Amino acid sequence: MLNASLRQLSRLLSDKKISSTELTAGFLSRIKSLNPDLNAFITLDEEKSLNQAKSADAMIAAGRSTPLTGIPIAQKDIFCAKGWLTTCGSRMLSNFISPYDATVVERFDQAGMVNLGKTNMDEFAMGSSNETSYYGPVKNPWDRLAVPGGSSGGSACAVAARLAPAATGSDTGGSIRQPAALCGISGIKPTYGLVSRYGMIAFASSLDQGGPMAKSAEDLALLLNAMVGFDEHDSTSLQREKEDYTKNLTQPVEGLRIGLPKEFFAEGMSSDVSRAVEAALAEYRKLGATFVEISLPNSKLAVPVYYVLAPAEASSNLSRFDGVRYGYRAAQYSNLEDLYARTRAEGFGEEVKRRILIGTYVLSHGYYDAYYLQAQKLRRLIAEDFAKAFEQCDLIMGPTTPTVAFNIGEKCGDPIQMYLSDIYTSAASLAGLPGMSIPVGFGDKNRPTGLHIIGNYFREAQMLNVAHRYQLATNWHELAPPDSGN
Amino acid sequence: MTISLSDIKRVAKLARIEISETDAQQNLSRLSGIFGLIEQMQAVNTHGIKPMSHSQDMVQRLREDVVTETDQHALFQSIAPQVEDGYYLVPKVIE
Repeated sequence: MLNASLRQLSRLLSDKKISSTELTAGFLSRIKSLNPDLNAFITLDEEKSLNQAKSADAMIAAGRSTPLTGIPIAQKDIFCAKGWLTTCGSRMLSNFISPYDATVVERFDQAGMVNLGKTNMDEFAMGSSNETSYYGPVKNPWDRLAVPGGSSGGSACAVAARLAPAATGSDTGGSIRQPAALCGISGIKPTYGLVSRYGMIAFASSLDQGGPMAKSAEDLALLLNAMVGFDEHDSTSLQREKEDYTKNLTQPVEGLRIGLPKEFFAEGMSSDVSRAVEAALAEYRKLGATFVEISLPNSKLAVPVYYVLAPAEASSNLSRFDGVRYGYRAAQYSNLEDLYARTRAEGFGEEVKRRILIGTYVLSHGYYDAYYLQAQKLRRLIAEDFAKAFEQCDLIMGPTTPTVAFNIGEKCGDPIQMYLSDIYTSAASLAGLPGMSIPVGFGDKNRPTGLHIIGNYFREAQMLNVAHRYQLATNWHELAPPDSGN
Repeated sequence: MTISLSDIKRVAKLARIEISETDAQQNLSRLSGIFGLIEQMQAVNTHGIKPMSHSQDMVQRLREDVVTETDQHALFQSIAPQVEDGYYLVPKVIE
């Protein structure tokens, strides 16, 4: 059951071989035994989950089920869920019971999925290791000395450790793809604008995009079918015809032109990651794909550009946390200014404050042109590099991360080293392109590695097809970490 | 461009974040490193390039000017730090 695909679970549920209540209770009891050490979940509410499971069982009994009805899903704690504590990994929201549902949560509820709980994450999604969470670091289930990646580290850990069959994530500069790679699971960040941002707590609004995390590309396709769709509550939600992301899954990939950016296969990638990625590419060659060398000359500036634009947007978005309408308020203050300043000093962690300071600085008088405007111009050059590359190839492939998971505590004192974990993922985010990571084996210390697949705008179905064909030929996505643990 | 201790204190004030001398000092060294990374951007001549604020070329959608939300005053205020008679309470602003 733990290793079953969503399609298999769906069949067991519709054939009444198992009820959603049994399935949910099974995962909850597994979470109870493993979560105290892994720390993948911030909030669990057994009663709410089991009530949803009961409703799902009723939907199935009444013949009103969807392919996802009755299947549990873990929600990243960035998604507001009505009546649930929604912390975004921060002390600032440590008492925030959401009065409404994010559209993503609502859509999965309507499909009959069961909310298993809220997963741990870097505070306000700012981090690449899950260590900035106010609720403590998450451990990588493959090696508990290692980070799971971030910011969707709790979701990646939950899926990898088989605490949940699927989870939601959000990705601003790599926050779905990087933890998926480091935990050996599959995750996709769709084209910007496909998944509603309503109720997904804002970090950098021109980059933030929700997406699913699961064991396989096939599972992701099923989840994406429920997750994608126009939402009038999100001003950047795209109006497009509905697409079935499962329909092309098994198409052969013969003749597929895979672009390999020479900048991604240069210095920076560690040899163990390189070996795994090369082996995956060899598998694609066997499947009939061809390769073309491409160049993304401006991608080397993606990290600096990202660390101007994302903090700038964050400094504006996070101004809403003022200790007046909801969330944390400092206990001691002398006047209104002091209430704001102390609330924000105590409610935000170090990394979040650092990024607010960067953002405020780059937007402030006298620096706007040199930093913010320059970054926006480079963002266009980065996007144009991709546009040129896609004239020569159908998809782009490379490593998701430069190394396998690093140790907990290893990069805490060095923000720049931490930021460079997103070196391969942030360029696609800046361009708004879809990106995904699939597991392609193991590197040093037997820690997982991921293959990064970047598609052109709205080519999610093609990316999922290409990933699925690989997963039909290999079994990396089926491997689970040993349960034993501490 | 180098960032100074007074820059840190100024932006912390603009961002409404109380910052101690020690925190300002610590942030100075970390932020100097980060701005060193950011400075790499200056190596590219971007003259004549149109800034890109967003990946989708879209215009702001407008909606009919009709009421779409219901009154949830009580629900929203139930999670506020301090309220009275339907108002959010803050320290006195006008003496």
